[in-house]
Amino acid sequence: MSSTDYISHHLKNLSTPQYDGGFWTLNIDTLVIGWILAGLIAFVSYKVGKNLDPDNPGPLQNALEGILEFVETQVKEMFDGYNPLIGPLALTVFVWIFLMNAMDLIPVDLLPLLAGFVGIEYLKVVPTTDLATTFGLSLSVFALIIFYNIKIKGGFGYFKLFLFHPFQANNTIAKIILMPFNILMTTIEELAKPISMSLRLFGNMFAGELIFLLIALLPWWIQFLPGGIWAIFHILIITLQAYIFMLLTIAYLSVAHQTADEH
Amino acid sequence: MNITATLLGQIFTFAVLVWFVNRFLWGPMTQMMADRRKRITDGLAAAERGKHELELAEKKAVERLREAKQQSADVIAQANKRANEIIEESKDTGRQEGQRQLDAAQVEIEQEINRAKTHLREEFAEIVLEGVHKILEKEVNAKAHGEFINKLAQKI
Repeated sequence: MSSTDYISHHLKNLSTPQYDGGFWTLNIDTLVIGWILAGLIAFVSYKVGKNLDPDNPGPLQNALEGILEFVETQVKEMFDGYNPLIGPLALTVFVWIFLMNAMDLIPVDLLPLLAGFVGIEYLKVVPTTDLATTFGLSLSVFALIIFYNIKIKGGFGYFKLFLFHPFQANNTIAKIILMPFNILMTTIEELAKPISMSLRLFGNMFAGELIFLLIALLPWWIQFLPGGIWAIFHILIITLQAYIFMLLTIAYLSVAHQTADEH
Repeated sequence: MNITATLLGQIFTFAVLVWFVNRFLWGPMTQMMADRRKRITDGLAAAERGKHELELAEKKAVERLREAKQQSADVIAQANKRANEIIEESKDTGRQEGQRQLDAAQVEIEQEINRAKTHLREEFAEIVLEGVHKILEKEVNAKAHGEFINKLAQKI
C-alpha cells in the first residue's frame, strides 16, 4: 500500500453508500463518535448533577466545578446582559469540542485497525476533522446569533444594522449612497463569523491529523520521537481550539445581545 | 470532502446535548454553588456576630462580677457590724443579768443573816430562860450563879 493510499484511506469517512457522496450521505463514524462523546458528557453530567454534594465534592464533581467556574468566568467577563442559555451553551461547546479533538490523541491506526477486524472498512475517528461537525456547531451558533439579534434589536433594528453599518454618514444622500456597501460589508462580516469559526477548527484538527498520519509513515523505530513531540504539542492545540470556539461563541452572542444604539 | 447531511445530525446532537447539560449539570451545579457561596457568607457573618456577642457577654460578665463582689463586700461589712452590735448587746444583757443575780443573792444573804440572827436570838432567849429556870429551882448562890452564867455565856 503506497503512502498516498494510506493517507487517503485514513481520510475517508465511513459513510452511507447509497447517496454516493452527495449531500444526503451520512458520515456514520462522525455521527457515532459524536454521539458516544456526547453520551459520555451526558452520563457524567447526569451522574454528577444527581449526586451534588456541596460539602464533600468528589474528584469528578471538583473537576466539573472547576471547568464550570472557568466557563462562567469567561461568560461573565465577555457577555453583557443576561441570558441563562449562554453559560451551558459555552460549557457544552468547550467540553464536546475538546473531547472530539482529543480523539486525535488516540494512536492514529488503533481504532481503524480494530474496526477493520469487525469488517468496517473506513473509520475517521476525529469528528472535528469533518466539516459537517464544525459547520454543524458554527451554524447552530450562527442561528442563535440571528435569533438574538432579531429578538433584542427587533427585525427592523437588525435590518438597519445592515443598512448603516459599518460606514456611517450624517446626511441622507450619503447614507443612501453608502447603503449598498454597507449591506455588502455587513453581510460578509456576519457570514464570516460561522465560516471562520468552523474552518479554523477544522483546519487545525485536519492538519494535526495529517501530521500524525505522516509520522505514522516514518520507520517504526523513530516514530516515537516526532509522534511524542507532536502529541504533546497537540494537547495544547486541542484545548486551545476548543477554548477559542467557546470564546468566539460567547463574543458573537454578546454582540448579538447589544441593542441597536450601542453600535 | 463536502458538507453532507451529517451536519444536521451533528446539529441535532449538539442541541440535545446543550439542553441536557443545562438541565442536569449547569442548572443544579450553579444553584448548588450559589447556595454554598451564600451559606459560607452567612456562616462568616454569623461567626462575626457570635464573636461580637461573646465580647459583649464577657464585658457584661465582668460587670456582673464586679457588682457581685461589691454586694458581697457590703453584706460582709453589714454582717460584721451587726455581729459587733449583737456582742455589745449580749455583753450588756450579761452584765445586767449578773448585776441582777448579784443583787438577788445579796438580798437573800441578808435575809439569811436576819433569819439566823432571829433564830439565834430565839435560841438565846430559850437558853436564858432555861438557865433562869434552873437557877430558880436550885436556890443558887452567887458562886454557883457565876459559874452557871459563865457556862451559859460559853454556850452562846
